[in-house]
Amino acid sequence: MRGWISPAITEPVRRRLLFTALCLPLAWLGYAIAGELNQPGSVLGADPGEAVVLFLGEWGLRLLLLTLAVTPLRRLTGWAELLGYRRMIGLFSFTYLALHLLAYVALLAEFDWRLVLEDFSDRAYITAGLIGFGLLLPLAVTSTRGWQRRLGRRWRSLHRLVYPAVFLGLLHLVWLTKDGYGEVAAYGVLLSLLMVERIRHGAWWGRKAAG
Amino acid sequence: MLIRRPDDVRPSEITPEQVYLNRRKFAKALGAGAAMLAAPWSANAGDSSGNDLEPTPEDIVTSYNNFYEFGTGKEDPKKHAHALTTSPWSVEVSGAVGKPGTYDLDDLLKGLAPEERIYRFRCVEAWSMVVPWLGIPLKSILDRLEPLGSAKYVEFKTLYRPSEMRGQRSPFSSIDWPYVEGLRLDEANHPLTIMAVGLYGKPLPNQNGAPWRLVVPWKYGFKSIKSIVSIRFTEREPENTWKLLQPQEYGFYANVNPAVDHPRWSQASERRLPSSLFSQNRMPTLPFNGYADEVAGLYAGMDLTRYY
Repeated sequence: MRGWISPAITEPVRRRLLFTALCLPLAWLGYAIAGELNQPGSVLGADPGEAVVLFLGEWGLRLLLLTLAVTPLRRLTGWAELLGYRRMIGLFSFTYLALHLLAYVALLAEFDWRLVLEDFSDRAYITAGLIGFGLLLPLAVTSTRGWQRRLGRRWRSLHRLVYPAVFLGLLHLVWLTKDGYGEVAAYGVLLSLLMVERIRHGAWWGRKAAG
Repeated sequence: MLIRRPDDVRPSEITPEQVYLNRRKFAKALGAGAAMLAAPWSANAGDSSGNDLEPTPEDIVTSYNNFYEFGTGKEDPKKHAHALTTSPWSVEVSGAVGKPGTYDLDDLLKGLAPEERIYRFRCVEAWSMVVPWLGIPLKSILDRLEPLGSAKYVEFKTLYRPSEMRGQRSPFSSIDWPYVEGLRLDEANHPLTIMAVGLYGKPLPNQNGAPWRLVVPWKYGFKSIKSIVSIRFTEREPENTWKLLQPQEYGFYANVNPAVDHPRWSQASERRLPSSLFSQNRMPTLPFNGYADEVAGLYAGMDLTRYY
């Protein structure tokens, strides 16, 4: 499997390349925001706040799905090194989603907490997204080796929260979509494939190696 | 000034945009009183709500659109609507009407002069604009068709032409094309209700619903159906597309109402576009979008939380 990767690109280099790649959406956002500050409407259109929120949410969800794809990909390719990148991808996903939430509160709601609380309680799609994010919070906190050691077997159980979290993330997207379900369908198919792979390996809620 | 097909309109007939903008500036400079004279239907503009009627820049009015026939993204209509052929354009008139038939749009509108109407445009998604339409009161068009006494409603249909409207080809759309909308006849005959054939002094761009579209300023934008090919007079309340899709979210009336929330968007306030990154330009939404004095009487005695 690794035959196509030049031996000169060693594991630390690969790690840095992946880190850089995961930063690219943020870099583009930085460029877009700089453009907006320079000339409003020039990059993000008539509703730049909403554009930023949507962009961050989409990348957060994509990277969460990518995180869930690591283990099936490792099983498929037999490339054990992949597992070593899972935490980084997961933390990037969490970062994008945290910024998504922050951008919503700061740019769309403009720190109007009455509006935010009303959205949290009255808008089902926002409630779903918020709960999903809440589930990811302990996962991000306990992602370190120290916590992994301390929690032992329970770490694995705790991190299964990622499944309801990604489901709620997808539900959030389904519920906010008015029409045009192409993106939702693509993510749904991908998530289904990843779950089927897990079930086939008995790794879903079972005793075998973590899913 | 009669708006014809874009290719019939000589450049000399079109008010240059700069002249147009300067006129607006001039009107503004004369003060609120003069501005209101220039926009007779903006009678509520002077109230204390903070809603003013400064037109949204043209490039935003024509580049930020919901027109799912061309895609679900806001920028899709501008990108893809050029594929639409708007000339010739025929309109089928049917139902409880004295002069049913298939009309050429130019013939149907012959002799009716479009007038400028500067209206607030409030989307159910809680953003809004101010659009200087060129339009013809719908009543003057409907009167030509001689509705029968039994007609209580008017139903409109958008063109169904998947070869030119790529959104209609999408396998991921749940809309049952063509898009349909309707009004009660008294709403249709209200002097605020127009058929727009232009905006910013120019023929209507395709992405805004060329060659003609309904504009009902006190209702959410989805009522203002675009690129109309059918007008049918009915005795029963017609269906409308969004209500068919999500009846618990969208009703037949769809009057702008800050007191009745949509499940996904609070309707208490709106974001007047363009917003900037650090200012949403949020303002309170007015009952009937600021046209309550003119239209509230149409709904006297109705429970607006039920007939939303």
